[in-house]
Amino acid sequence: MKLLALTKGVPDFSEGAVSFDEDGHLERGDTPTVMNPNDEQALEAALQTKVRQGGTVGLMSMGPPGYQDILEEGMESVYADELYLCSDREMAAADTWATAITVATGIEQMDETPDIVFAGFKTADGETGHTGPQTCWALDRPLITHVISMDVDPEAETVRAKRLVKGDVSEIETVEAPLPCAIVTDPEFEPVYRKAEHRLRHKDLREETQERVKNADDHLTVWSQEELNLDPDYIGLDGSPTIVSGVDPIPKAPDEREATVIEAEDEEGMREVLGEITQYAAEGD
Amino acid sequence: MTEDANDSAAVRTDGGESTMSEHEHYEAIVVGCGPGGAAAAAALAENDVETLVLERGVDAGSKNVSGGLIYAEEAAPYTIDDLFPDFREEATERPAEEYKMHNVSGNKVASFDLEEIHHGGTEWCDAVLRREMDSWLADRVHERTRETGGGLLTDVRVNGLLREGGEIVGVTCDELDPITADVIVAADGVNSELARDAGLMNWDEPEDWFQGVKAVVDMDRETIEERFDLDGPDDGAAHLFSGDLFEGVRGGGFLYTNEDSLSIGTVFHLDSIAEERAEPQDLLDALLTHPLLDQWFQGEYEELEYSAKLVPDSKKVANPSPHSGRLLLVGDAAGQMQAQGPIIKGMNHAVSAGGLAAEAFQDAKTRGDPTLAGDLYEQKLEGEGVMDQLRPTRYEATSWLSESSIATSIGSAVMNSPIGRFGVKTFDGLLEKSFNSPFVLGMIPDTKISYVTVPTVIGDVLGEPVSADNEIEPPDLADRIGDLTYDVGDPHIEVLDNSYEASGTAVTACPVSAEDFGGGCYRSETVESNGSKERVVSLDTQPCVECGTCAVVADTHWEHPAGGKGVEFKQG
Ligand SMILES: Cc1cc2nc3c(=O)[nH]c(=O)nc-3n(C[C@H](O)[C@H](O)[C@H](O)COP(=O)(O)OP(=O)(O)OC[C@H]3O[C@@H](n4cnc5c(N)ncnc54)[C@H](O)[C@@H]3O)c2cc1C
Ligand code: SF4
Repeated sequence: MKLLALTKGVPDFSEGAVSFDEDGHLERGDTPTVMNPNDEQALEAALQTKVRQGGTVGLMSMGPPGYQDILEEGMESVYADELYLCSDREMAAADTWATAITVATGIEQMDETPDIVFAGFKTADGETGHTGPQTCWALDRPLITHVISMDVDPEAETVRAKRLVKGDVSEIETVEAPLPCAIVTDPEFEPVYRKAEHRLRHKDLREETQERVKNADDHLTVWSQEELNLDPDYIGLDGSPTIVSGVDPIPKAPDEREATVIEAEDEEGMREVLGEITQYAAEGD
Repeated sequence: MTEDANDSAAVRTDGGESTMSEHEHYEAIVVGCGPGGAAAAAALAENDVETLVLERGVDAGSKNVSGGLIYAEEAAPYTIDDLFPDFREEATERPAEEYKMHNVSGNKVASFDLEEIHHGGTEWCDAVLRREMDSWLADRVHERTRETGGGLLTDVRVNGLLREGGEIVGVTCDELDPITADVIVAADGVNSELARDAGLMNWDEPEDWFQGVKAVVDMDRETIEERFDLDGPDDGAAHLFSGDLFEGVRGGGFLYTNEDSLSIGTVFHLDSIAEERAEPQDLLDALLTHPLLDQWFQGEYEELEYSAKLVPDSKKVANPSPHSGRLLLVGDAAGQMQAQGPIIKGMNHAVSAGGLAAEAFQDAKTRGDPTLAGDLYEQKLEGEGVMDQLRPTRYEATSWLSESSIATSIGSAVMNSPIGRFGVKTFDGLLEKSFNSPFVLGMIPDTKISYVTVPTVIGDVLGEPVSADNEIEPPDLADRIGDLTYDVGDPHIEVLDNSYEASGTAVTACPVSAEDFGGGCYRSETVESNGSKERVVSLDTQPCVECGTCAVVADTHWEHPAGGKGVEFKQG
């Protein structure tokens, strides 16, 4: 089974790593780039499928040459076999649509098209959640989103998945799709290995990958705009129908806030607080 | 469709009845990868048996504690280096060449050489640290069993036996779906949940167990060699301690040299710890701070790890028929832990038993009936002389007389009388000789006379005073607990009766709890209800080192934590 997971580098927003200037703007140069945290579940889902069904996992990204590190890190964590990077100045500053077109073209360029394409829930920097579904649309295949668990039936050539549908009351839906298809994982996705055989295979893969990671370069394919035969008008900034006109930094919370301490026994005080909360809730701001 | 997308059908966690065809199947399952499990797995793989090994630790050895001298006995059917040829070069610390017994009375100490008994019938004997030893073994075991189509998995806790029509057919696990096998080797150590599930062992009597507590102490290679007067890395020492330094609690202490650390610990009869309401950490500290140890510490003490575990007393609990259906017990799980006087031999017997269990399964297959494995295993334990070492008939003959409390007090009075003391003086050489006799050691009863009175009188009459001041300060319990690594899971122990009468002993006997300490597992509290006061115990399993003590001395429902959860020893 041929599997492909999409991933992207994002600024490391974790405490201690991220750097903002005085106005609250992100300082890209001082903030390390890491794999988009929500992609981890997509990669895990690909690995789970490989462990259970056999086959190979590829990882693909679109971005600057430095994203090679992100792909190598992914190879190590989910024992990927092949790495693909769509990288060209012409591709820069793409919105989700232009990214989807580029990535979908990359996928079609692969020697063998993947049976399942996995993508993570939205990215930590863009937060749109569009790229996965749009890539799937560009590839014209069925899509299951918000997947929290899944399995493949190789004989029936189907994927069955549980998806978390969040609403006033969250529900879990079980859906089935024919192969080839695409999966977008939910952050709640967790790989499950309840068979000894699968855990043993997982362990084998870990050992095999240690060798492969040492020569990760040999497993990396980089495609330029020309190699993908992409029309520059449809990719990068020029090909992006949406633009980010500006970013409003989230105002920082004041260092010190005024606080009034009310003891639990102070009935009068408690009543006042409740009154204020109720009023605040009623005004809705 | 399998696994989680359809899990109501595929995932059974109740461990109840089932049909074989639903389940994953291996020819052999080995539960636990200590020395017993590793030996069984290696020997099964040698015979090309498809073998799956399941170990609950994050790494084999992360749950295990030994003193640790591993013996290779000349008469043993299997030694660890028979099965793992590079074992000594790669997985052990230092050989125990020198072997001394110190009889302590106050600050007077009479030291005997026990080299005759230690080296007699012994091919070699090395000190080991379990994390390193077991994980080294586990790597070899995985390599070999993988070739058979099985392999070793860590982080998996087997939580029960899978039965079909009342017969044991496999195991159930916290982390995996039930698995069936033609033979199941339970090498899951002391407090074996499988042995108990099969009704082959119980955890009822404190008399059946010892409790071992240990500190690993940092000391660099050169300092060890200088202070213990060793000839380089291939030389090492073992020292044993008994007498009045443990407040009358029956048992003793040990000190073994590792490559660049020392293993220092105590092993006491659990019933004695319970009766005396002794605090195990205080007993260990009594040893650590005795003036005799100053020659080695010289004022410096850095504890790397504090650990504890129960140890079965084979004389009382080694099951002569440790099997039921497809289930074979090996090592501590079967009570195969021999305390030969002060000498502790558990790992070597676990190895022998593991090898014999594998051999029995192979023989049974050759006879065309794998279900014969259990009976053949029992015959081999008997035929190879393992059972006689574990439960010497001499002990059975002498113990009933000498363990009665009347005999103990008379004996004690005699030993302490001028006649007894005169005897000690007169038979000085003979005493050392009898300590070196396996025959005598095999029948020594478990009484205060043997553990406390005799060594104390020897120390007093024959000993020289030690003048040194040992000023080291071992860490307190809070620091000891704080230095351990835990991945806390759900509570794995439940107190069934929290009255002080039923479970109060655990407050003192638990090696990470104490009467005057609130940060351990067990605490005693006085609660008032309906105007009357009641003393009860409460439990927090977070700092638990999984020693097993409260499974025996308190009224609990006791299980091991789930795979990969709980305490993780780095030394062991
Ligand atoms: C302080 C102390 C000093 C000792 N000194 C010595 C000594 O000097 N020499 C000596 O020979 N012996 C000594 N012993 C005894 C020795 O440690 C044991 O006899 C020996 O470890 C028994 O080996 P085993 O393989 O049967 O069990 P263990 O070594 O206990 O191994 C059991 C394994 O099973 C795993 N396991 C348990 N339950 C499960 C489950 N449900 N699912 C999956 N895995 C599970 C455990 O994690 C562990 O790895 C000492 C013991 C102590 C506590
Ligand atoms: S709680 Fe029980 S098993 Fe845990 S350390 Fe204390 S006595 Fe041992």
